[in-house]
Amino acid sequence: MYDILFLLLFPLIVAAILLVFRNEKIRSIIVKVSAAIIAIASIYVAIEYIDGGTVLFDFENVIVDYLMLITEIGLGIVIFYLGIKYKKYLVSILALIQTPLMVWFELTKGHDISISNYLYIDALSCIMVLIIGVIGSLITVYAVGYMKDFQKHHEGEPDRRYWFFFLMFVFLSAMFGIVTSNSLVWMFFFWEITTLCSFFLIGYTRTDEAVRNSFLQLVLNLIGGLAFVFAIVIIGSEHNILEFNKLLELGTGSMTVLLPIALLSLAGIVKAAQMPFHSWLLGAMVAPTPTSALLHSSTMVKAGVFLILKLSPSLHDNIAGEMVIIVGGVTFLLASMAAISQSNAKRVLAYSTIANLGLIVACGGVGVEAAVWAGIMLMIFHAITKSLLFLCVGTAEHHIGSRNIEDMDGLFCEMPKLAMFMIIGIAGMFLAPFGMLVSKWQALTAFVDSQSIILIICVCFGSAVTAFYWTKWLGKLVAIVAGKENVEKTVHREEWFVLGTLTALVIVTCLTFPLISEYMVAPYLGTAFATGGSAIAALGSGNMYILLAMLALILLLPIPFLGKTKKKIVPNYMCGVNTGDNISFTGAMNCETQISLRNWYMENWFGEEKMNKFGLVITIVTILAAIILIIGGVA
Amino acid sequence: MNTISMIILVVGYLILAPILGCLLAGIDRKISARMQGRIGPPILQPYYDVRKFIEKDQITPNKVQDFYVMCFLLFVIITGCIFFSGGDLLLVIFALTLANVFLVIAAFSSNSPYSQIGAERELYQMMAYEPMILLTAIGFYLVSGSFQVDTILTSSEMPFIYLIGIFIGFLFILTIKFRKSPFDLSMSHHAHQDLVRGLTTEFSGRSLAAVEVSHWYENIMLLGFVFLFFCNGTIAGYIAGIIVCILAYFLEIVIDNCFARMKWQVALKSSWVVAVMLGVINVGALMILL
Amino acid sequence: MTYLSKSPWVIHYDGSSCNGCDIEVLACLTPVYDVERFGIINTGDPKQADVFLITGSVNEQNKAVIKQIYEQMPDPKVVIAIGICANSGGIFRDCYNVMGGVDTVIPVDVYVPGCAARPEAIIDGVVKGLSILEEKRKASEVAKEASA
Repeated sequence: MYDILFLLLFPLIVAAILLVFRNEKIRSIIVKVSAAIIAIASIYVAIEYIDGGTVLFDFENVIVDYLMLITEIGLGIVIFYLGIKYKKYLVSILALIQTPLMVWFELTKGHDISISNYLYIDALSCIMVLIIGVIGSLITVYAVGYMKDFQKHHEGEPDRRYWFFFLMFVFLSAMFGIVTSNSLVWMFFFWEITTLCSFFLIGYTRTDEAVRNSFLQLVLNLIGGLAFVFAIVIIGSEHNILEFNKLLELGTGSMTVLLPIALLSLAGIVKAAQMPFHSWLLGAMVAPTPTSALLHSSTMVKAGVFLILKLSPSLHDNIAGEMVIIVGGVTFLLASMAAISQSNAKRVLAYSTIANLGLIVACGGVGVEAAVWAGIMLMIFHAITKSLLFLCVGTAEHHIGSRNIEDMDGLFCEMPKLAMFMIIGIAGMFLAPFGMLVSKWQALTAFVDSQSIILIICVCFGSAVTAFYWTKWLGKLVAIVAGKENVEKTVHREEWFVLGTLTALVIVTCLTFPLISEYMVAPYLGTAFATGGSAIAALGSGNMYILLAMLALILLLPIPFLGKTKKKIVPNYMCGVNTGDNISFTGAMNCETQISLRNWYMENWFGEEKMNKFGLVITIVTILAAIILIIGGVA
Repeated sequence: MNTISMIILVVGYLILAPILGCLLAGIDRKISARMQGRIGPPILQPYYDVRKFIEKDQITPNKVQDFYVMCFLLFVIITGCIFFSGGDLLLVIFALTLANVFLVIAAFSSNSPYSQIGAERELYQMMAYEPMILLTAIGFYLVSGSFQVDTILTSSEMPFIYLIGIFIGFLFILTIKFRKSPFDLSMSHHAHQDLVRGLTTEFSGRSLAAVEVSHWYENIMLLGFVFLFFCNGTIAGYIAGIIVCILAYFLEIVIDNCFARMKWQVALKSSWVVAVMLGVINVGALMILL
Repeated sequence: MTYLSKSPWVIHYDGSSCNGCDIEVLACLTPVYDVERFGIINTGDPKQADVFLITGSVNEQNKAVIKQIYEQMPDPKVVIAIGICANSGGIFRDCYNVMGGVDTVIPVDVYVPGCAARPEAIIDGVVKGLSILEEKRKASEVAKEASA
């Protein structure tokens, strides 16, 4: 148990130290050393517990409980105050409902419920610990180099980087808390801390836009938090339990269980940025890139899907599950479509994140073993690949001065190494031998098996659309454009280290796909589902070998062949008026005119507003209907 | 399917597919010519063309394009091998997507205006036909209980009986896959020259030959999909399958010659409508019935 | 005969002309003359073409274009000047901006006279061009062997 407590407390201590020592060099060393320690500790924890089934820990300490309660009240007051200060009264109102309700519950009813196991760890938690510990700490290391440039780009503004790193480490601690809490009250506590960290990190630059978007995030996540509180109150007062493992054992026969499960799913949906709550994730893109990578792609949003995947056995074949399926599926389809209409790389990544989370949420909603397998796999691969992509975009932005995909024309010539990493990242998101696609494949099979026609439609159309927006971006990257200079020499060493490691992780995780499945995911499925790890063989070993062979081909072929040709190199065809450099032609009146090649966005069909409108209507109606049906006792 | 027959089928595919594909392309041109009141080229004309590409001086716009084209050819062949060795239909579809992505990237890599428009259109076409192809695979799965081609091959009843809607939908997107009018948007064929040669504008010599040859391989594999609709483990089923393959190809030639090229918007709208109306409804009906 | 002459793909360029010869070139593709019998395809792309058909005279505006298209065609290749304007400048010869026939910019292998050149003559010219194409291929092979 102490190793887990170490994971919870160590980042907190580091955060506190970072708040004190504000010297850049010292901070850089502290961050790197502690990131290494966190990564090693989380790997240690994962190895220790991965095949031990569910291990519960007794942790009885009244002081900690009161400390948490006080912190909670403090947070409530802070949120309330901020709402008043920035005239965002909705925030204050939500805080005013949520905090007193929770405090009242904890002091009265909750006080009498005895919790025997506050902490736990099982294989799924281990996977999450690995994601948070390894990827999270890599991103903090990346942030060391990135924030140097960031400060340079924002000259004249006060240096508040100590605050940035403080939040990052607090956040890591809170994430470890979410995935190892068995007590719902604790889980909620950590849940709220991630919300608040995210709020401060989005608002980090304190521009009007940043403040506006950070409050949007706060409002939506407070709604999710409120759902969480209601769930806790109902479970506590109706069943006298406050422990996750006991909640899952209740079965879903009665309304008083189904309703809190639906509410918890709703909290997960909000955190995972699903429609209709997805707009906060898009707004969050104003934050510095490490924030986007850490919170909004690889970890915080994963807390949402983690909760839904945990609830998954209780979501099978009931109205709460249907709600989750429809929300996830529709979000996957519509967010993928909206991604087509975006040219801002970070927004494309944001939409793609929302879409992929939608798929994972849908997997959770189906609630059968094979689907949950796919969901967990998707979660692992998405965390690695998406953080790589975010960080690549961040580095590119600082060196080519834009995060617009249209300006990434010929990135292959300007930043060859970075472009290579980015290409691997993009390929990892949707192409055949890579993990995301294989997981998606399993998800599709599971959806067909569970006869869910809505999800079949969403996946069939959604994946077609996904291939479109990724490949058009890929096309921009691979284009060989004349007259570009290499500008990647000034990229910080930390950034290279992290990008390289993540790229290696993308490849290694794909190569070790069967091992991950067998030694990490199967143990969890064995404990969570009665059938016990039978779905893993669904992909078949024959296919696995073919995929691995394809992957090996893709990785090895470029070494002897890419960039080598004996052919004569000639200029492009431009109707005979190419001036010879491929980027300009002789136009009317013999003027030299630059060519400019642009992508397709199909605004009329896949415009953001249209997709959002559809999505909001469908998902809001679904959620309301589901909750009303449950309360009404119809389901 | 045992290993030996699997190897025979794969080797057979590797050798016979380009021959058949080439003859098919030649016959296609001959029939098209006859439909237009012309005599048309010799049946081996596609072969002559490819040999000529190889004979010519080799040029390329940059150092990387050839690599991508080579990968395209390679993965199309791999896709076909997976299909004919009785592999997984979904894996076939995903591998084909990978191959196509390589082709698109090859066109993008030159940064040439015409090939880029062609590449975008090719991508757009992929988006148009992909849902229907996935639904086809799902249809087979629902009927025979497996995505494996060899299991479907020996299913006791003709999948066609249950998959009429999907079959028609598949024929529809076959027009796009065979690059026939009205949807030959990404590459020019016949006298269309609005995009010069579209996607292939910057390809020449051996890389153009590779694109041609991979189309032969691809077309045979796609006809393999058509064949799959009719097999029920009996010789009669196989014969029916082969006859329908020939008829389907003939139908595509007729469509090719009867339609002018349509606006690009039509391709996506119509094939998605087809995918929903025929594919999804067929799949839904199967779920209720089976 | 090698494959080169069995599948001559042509690219057609129109300089400054009255369009008479262009119509005749396109007429070759129609069912009446059907040049696809010989494997001829009218491609718009010099990189895939073997035969360069030019109609019309060369002027200051298009001489660079003709030159570039010619350079972008991979060897072996032939140039066929179709119609009197492409041969010598024709009735435009004395215009202030006209330089004359195609041979003022690039080497021409076959001249097809006529105003407008008849389709039969054009096909005849292309067939003649094919034998030149064959010679060029042999010459380049000999040169390659010599250098090797």
